[in-house]
Amino acid sequence: MKINDILSILDARLLTPNADLTRDVHTACGSDMMSDVLAFVKDQSVLVTGLNNPQVVRTADMMDMICIVFVRGKEPDAGILALAQEREIAVLCTRHTMFTACGLLYAHGLRGGVGSDGE
Amino acid sequence: MASESEPICLHYEVPGNDFTRAGEASADLKARLKALGFPSAAVRRAAIALYEGEINLAIHAHGGHINVSVTPQRIDMLLWDEGPGIADIPLAMSEGYSTAPDEVRSLGFGAGMGLPNMKKYTDEFELTSTVGVGTRIAMAVYVS
Ligand SMILES: Nc1ncnc2c1ncn2[C@@H]1O[C@H](COP(=O)(O)OP(=O)(O)OP(=O)(O)O)[C@@H](O)[C@H]1O
Ligand SMILES: [Mg+2]
Repeated sequence: MKINDILSILDARLLTPNADLTRDVHTACGSDMMSDVLAFVKDQSVLVTGLNNPQVVRTADMMDMICIVFVRGKEPDAGILALAQEREIAVLCTRHTMFTACGLLYAHGLRGGVGSDGE
Repeated sequence: MASESEPICLHYEVPGNDFTRAGEASADLKARLKALGFPSAAVRRAAIALYEGEINLAIHAHGGHINVSVTPQRIDMLLWDEGPGIADIPLAMSEGYSTAPDEVRSLGFGAGMGLPNMKKYTDEFELTSTVGVGTRIAMAVYVS
């Protein structure tokens, strides 16, 4: 799957216009608790979250993730987007809830990552 | 890479209760290590451990201080603060234990995974603390 596919699967909007949408993504992580995200290095590439603050970008950056999806229509502010852009992280925003967004991505083949806790 | 004889020394001051700036030190360290050509796994482990520590300084200790020393063999990180200290260290180290208030939880922290993560991602980890005086964490990541 590519970031472009996530856009259409989640009927999402791209908030970082210059992002490279052709980058491959295979695994994702959905959480609102940043230390939970940091607990398992599984080479995930997508962070799905309902949290809306700069630490989301910092956490994704620490994990070398390349795409953040904000659920429930949460729109990060300009400072957060600038931080993401600086790190070449694509930021998407979808109206779906966390549960639905993760379900849709899973149904389309995105997984929890290698060595994961039961995916 | 850093030369064998002279470690690269870095110092950071972490402001208290500033959620926008918390994470700047670890992001800076990560960028520097990457630029120096360190292996990505070691870079990631060091950056995550420092990030967790930095967030703790900001939310639990009203800020604190970080010294990092980098050689081709190891990344040493020292964090210290003059915060409230930790009364029961084994309890604080256990997964899921957190005293973070609701407002901190609503910001995405307070899972009680920070200290366990720091220990997990580092090769050396030592936490000492005195209630009312402060907390000190010395940790190291071996490069290979
Ligand atoms: N520097 C510190 N000074 C005082 N207390 C601390 C410090 N660091 C951690 N603690 C205490 O140890 C507890 C556990 O820390 P830990 O980092 O594991 O979890 P957390 O910060 O509460 O949540 P998380 O890290 O998952 O977001 C904290 O809730 C806090 O009570
Ligand atoms: Mg913590």
